[in-house]
Parts: sequence; structure tokens; C-alpha cells
Amino acid sequence: MTIYSWVAILVTLGLAVLIAKPAGLYLAKAFDYEKNGLDRWFGPVERVIFHASGIRQGNQTWKMYALSAVLSNLAMMLIVYLIFRLQGFLPLNPSGVSNMEPTLAFNTVVAFMTNTDLQHYSGESGLSYFSQMIGIVFMMFTSTATGVAAAMAFIRGLAGKPIGNFFVDLVRAITRVLLPMSFVSALIFAALGVPQTLASSAIAHTLQGTEQQIARGPIASFLSIKQFGNNGGGFVGVNSAHPFENPGGFSNMLQILLMMLIGTSLPFAYGKMVGNAKQGRVLFVSMLMMFIVMLGVLLSAESAGNPAFHALGIGHDQVSMEGKEVRFGMAQSALFATVTTATETGAVNTMHDTLTPIGGMVPLANMMLNTVFGGAGVGIMNVLMYAMIAVFLSGLMVGRTPEFLGKKLEGKEMKLIAVNLLVTPFLILAPTALALLAYPDTISNPGFHGLTQAIYEFTSSANNNGSGFEGLGDNTPFWNIATGVVMFLGRYFSIVVLLAVAGSLAAKKPVPVTSGTFRTDTALFGGVFLIIVILVGALTYFPAIVLGPVAEHLTLRP
Amino acid sequence: MRTIWMMLRASVVLMALILLYQLAVLGIAQAAMPDKANGSLIYNESHEVVGSRLIGQSFTDPSFFHGRVSSIEYDAGASGTPNYAPSNPDLLQRLADTAEAWKRENPNVPVNELPIDLITNSGSGLDPEISPDAARVQIPRVSEATGISAEELERMIRDHTRGRDLGFLGEPGVNVLQLNIEVQQRTAQ
Repeated sequence: MTIYSWVAILVTLGLAVLIAKPAGLYLAKAFDYEKNGLDRWFGPVERVIFHASGIRQGNQTWKMYALSAVLSNLAMMLIVYLIFRLQGFLPLNPSGVSNMEPTLAFNTVVAFMTNTDLQHYSGESGLSYFSQMIGIVFMMFTSTATGVAAAMAFIRGLAGKPIGNFFVDLVRAITRVLLPMSFVSALIFAALGVPQTLASSAIAHTLQGTEQQIARGPIASFLSIKQFGNNGGGFVGVNSAHPFENPGGFSNMLQILLMMLIGTSLPFAYGKMVGNAKQGRVLFVSMLMMFIVMLGVLLSAESAGNPAFHALGIGHDQVSMEGKEVRFGMAQSALFATVTTATETGAVNTMHDTLTPIGGMVPLANMMLNTVFGGAGVGIMNVLMYAMIAVFLSGLMVGRTPEFLGKKLEGKEMKLIAVNLLVTPFLILAPTALALLAYPDTISNPGFHGLTQAIYEFTSSANNNGSGFEGLGDNTPFWNIATGVVMFLGRYFSIVVLLAVAGSLAAKKPVPVTSGTFRTDTALFGGVFLIIVILVGALTYFPAIVLGPVAEHLTLRP
Repeated sequence: MRTIWMMLRASVVLMALILLYQLAVLGIAQAAMPDKANGSLIYNESHEVVGSRLIGQSFTDPSFFHGRVSSIEYDAGASGTPNYAPSNPDLLQRLADTAEAWKRENPNVPVNELPIDLITNSGSGLDPEISPDAARVQIPRVSEATGISAEELERMIRDHTRGRDLGFLGEPGVNVLQLNIEVQQRTAQ
């Protein structure tokens, strides 16, 4: 790796760390129900939205909050499903895209509403501009807002405050956070060369005398929310590897920063909201450490190149460039791949299927752990769940009733958490087994890599990431329905269960902190937290990792 | 029931707001930077589109510099790669084929001097660039086919090399289409 690559990585991560805290404090303020200065700016617009929609702003119980989230998301899915199924008859369709097939439309609405953005279609040929702008971008905003809202309710519950109102949080997330940032970054992207047009494909007469059709569209306004909201679904098929969706090194850095922004700032927002800034910082540092290890593994695997190439006498001593773009090179591709899976975004600027075996294991592990920052909102919820497990296990070891933020963690909460912990691996491993048994012909790469392809698809679905090992022939009724169901359960089951935990904790009387209380804002706690995350992850997924990437790695070595 | 009605209403209101955002970006981009907003298209003297600065084109003629391997043959109505795993036998077969083709077209440059980006499929299948090294190894062939001197081609490659953004972000690359446009103009003279 060159010195430039190191500087680029250091500067990018340095900036991400620098803006995390101020952004976190802003988030805490934006969702504070006490009157504050932000109301003056955003209040008027929000009042119009509340009035036009008939939203009432009173506090909800956790059950009402969870129900509102799930039902409103279902209502949005229904509307967009109809748009996809009828897009052939709707306006803004200059390329004449036809109506979407039912199982694919089901998969796509679930994918975008759950913030997963798994794509079994290709944007250039599968969706009209109307579907992209009114269907996809709409769901990108509202799914992110739903995730952030759920996180805010969860944190309020932990802090012993009223849970809040889902609709107020949903609207605030859009008006105070998502829209302003998306607007500014969309304009920057446009200035860097990302198209923003309603014109149909351009037809070019090439130098060699053939015709080249060049797909374009309103990409800039799509791109900013795709990254900022940890959505990750591309306007075009190859996502941020496409020169229109990521024209150069600077746009690449901006996308990485946008992906990291919500995930890195939420620990600080959490610290502020529960009145323990130090604990937020401990969680942030723990996650950053995991991130750096993951990035290191990926960089070293990719810079070693593909030994199978070297055996042919080609590309000796050169990094792996299959599935990568020249303008990013190996290092910026590896950084992007680590960030997009750590933050559960799922955008790609390199094809993960073509990564070296150990390189491809890193995105997979990031998604399986789902605690290396994690997706917009749901990431911090998952992290706090692991923090509670850490507290609980530490309590068991020293024989004391475990406490978290001054509340006793008891059987009820731990049962809910245990169920949640078991559901995700089940959602990944059971359908993978089914796919391998019943539909092996949809898997494009032979051998151990084929297993990784199937596991990756379901891991990505269950954790709402949405990137894929795209060689998979996944636009079939089986994959569409199976991943659709997995995405739906992976998203809403976990949100509802964790809100139940928060509701249960909020109702408890606080216990006074004594010298015997296990402190959860120390480096020691950070260490325990990390051990628990790695232990749980390793126990669950180790066999799958060994049979997939590790086995492939061993077969490649001469 | 009233709640469901409220949810549908809220969805439509938010849809309108979000559409408004996209139209605002559209208006500003089209007014302030129409060239980029419409896809950075390149026109010839007769105002025909010959391509886009950001999108690669298929070059097979020996008198042009060639771009990266593209399984979709630079069909920019789509995008993609074959997504070969490092262990896929088809990948090794393609590699061997590319090497054979290289030997036929460039008898003077040994295969082991090939930069990796020239023999691998890009992520998008539309990569507009190759590394400066990958352009330089093609100089002997292009020079022979066009009659342009090697020094002149060297200069043209330097002119069309894009440095790292802000001096440190990403990797340098040579825009193959713009380079070939100049090659074509020189040959026509």
C-alpha cells in the first residue's frame, strides 16, 4: 500500500471520529421533547405536516409505539407495492420499463422499507423514474426515520423517560436530520459529476462506430439519502461502483463519511440522553476498535492479491483488482467494504463476491456481529442489547443482581433478549440450509464459495444490510420470498422485542448506585462488552465461516 | 381504522415532501451545472454524443488504447460483472484467454509485465479509466498501428492522467475515451 492510501484512510476515519460527537449532541437535541432552539427552525414545517396528516402528538406506551411503527411501515409498503406493480402505466417512465413481477415487487418493498435494500432487480432496467423517486427514495427516508425513531424511543425508555410518540419522531427524523443533510450532500455529489436529470438514456456514437446506450437519471438526490440513511440500494445495478454513482476519490470519501455519520453519532446521543456521556464514549471506542481490526484484516487479505493469478505468472506482487474500479484502487475499495457492512448500509463500490476469501469474510463478519456501529438507529439498539448481556453475565459471575443505568435487569428482560439473540442466526442458517438443498442451481460459483454466497445473502437480509455476493441468481420466486420474509422478521421482530425491553425497564423503580454497583462506563466494561460480542458471534457462526471463506482460502493456497 | 387513515395520509404528505426535495436538487443541478447533471456527455464537432467522460467504451481496434475487461462489453444501459470468486475456474480460464490475446496483439511486451487492472473485470463493467502503467504498456502497439511516436503517446497519456482527488484520495487513472479521442484526431490529420 502506498503512503497515499494510508493518509486517505487516516483522514477519512479521523474526520468521522471528529464529527461524531457534535452530530450526536445534535441528534439528542433534535429528538428532545423539551422546547429548544431547533423548534424555531423546523417547527413551522412540522406543524404543517402534523396538521395535513392528522397526527396527534401525545406520548405513547411502548406497545402503541411499536404498533405504530410496524403498521405505518406496512401502509407505506402497500402504497409502494402498488406503484411498482403499475409503474408501466405511470408517468416519468421515459425508458418504458414494464410493471414489476409480484414476488420481485414484494421483495423490493420489504427490502427498502426495512432499510435493507437488497436488490434482486437492476435499477437501469427494473424501475421507472417514478418508482425510483416516489417509491424508493420515499422508503429510504421513512425506513431510516423509523430506525432512528425506534432508537430514540428505546433510549428514552432506558433513561426512564416517557417513550415518546412514533409519528413525531418519524417526522422529526426527516425534517431535522435526513432532509437537510441529504439536500446539501446531493448538491455536492451533483457538483462532483453525479447526474440529476429526468431525461431518458443518452445514445452515444462511439469511436469504434457502434451505439452505446448510457443510462442516467435523478441519481444525486437518491445517492445522498442512500448513504446517509444506511439504506445502500443503488440507483443503478452496480451501486457505488458505477462511475455515475461514485465518480471519484472525493465522492467516495463523502459517501463513507455519510454512511458512518448516524452510527457513530448515536453512542454520543445516547450518552447525552441518559446522562452518562462516559458510557456512550466507552461504547463508541469499543466499536471503533472492532472496526479497525476488521479493516486491517480486509486490507491485508486484498493487498496479498489472488494466489491463483500468480500461479499463471500474471499480476505477480499485485493487489486484487477483479471487481474493483481504478479510481478507488484496492485501499479505498477495502475501506468502503468495511464501512458499508459495519454500518449495515449495503452500498458497494467493489463487488464483494470477487473479494479474496479472507477479504470477503470481513463484510460477512461485520454483518453477523451487527455491533460495529450498525445501521441507522437499530445499530445502537443492538449494541445496547449486548451491553445488557455483558452486565447480566458479569452480575452472574460476581453473584449480584445486575443493574443497567440504575435499573435491575431481571428474568423478563433477559428472556426477551435471549429470544432476540437466537432469532437472527435462525433466520440466517435455516434458510441457507434450505437454499443449498433445494435450489443449488441458483448459486453461481462452485465449491466452498457457493456456500458463502448463500450465507451472505441471508446474513445480509436478516441484519438489514442489503449488499450481496451478487453472482447469486437471486431473482427467482424462492429467493425473492425467502429473503423478503427474513428481512421483515429480522427488522421488526428485533425492534418490537427491544422496545418491550425498554418499556419494561422504564416501568421499574431506579435502585441507588452504591460502591458495589458494577460500573458500565469504564474501560473494563468496554472489554467485557467486546468479549461478549465476539464470544456470542463466534459461537453462533464459527462453523459457517470455517466451511465458507476459510475453506476456500485453504484451497487457493498452493 | 382512523389510525390507518392517518397513516396513509401521513405517507402521502411525506411522499410529497420528499419529491419536493428531489425536484429542488433537480432544479439547482440543471440550472447551475447542466453538463454534469446530464451525464458529463462528450460531443463531437457535429454535436453528436460520442460518449460520457465518466463511462468507459469498448475498444478492440489495435490503434486505440484498450480499457479494462468488461463482461457486459461496456453496455451502459446496464452495469455489472460476472462476479467471479477468486477460486472460480472460469476466472482463471478468462485470464488465460486474455493473456493469449495480449500475446497476439502485443508480441513485444511480455505477459508478466501486464498491470493487474488491464486483465481484471472492473466492478461496474464501465470503468472509464486504466492505471497509467496500463496505458504505457500499450504504447508499442498503438504507436505501430497509428504511426504516432512513442514519446508523443507518452505525453498524451500524461495529459489525460487524472491525479488523486485533493492529492491523496483514490488512485490516479487515465481516461481511455478522452485519450483515444486525441489519438483518433491525430490519426485523421
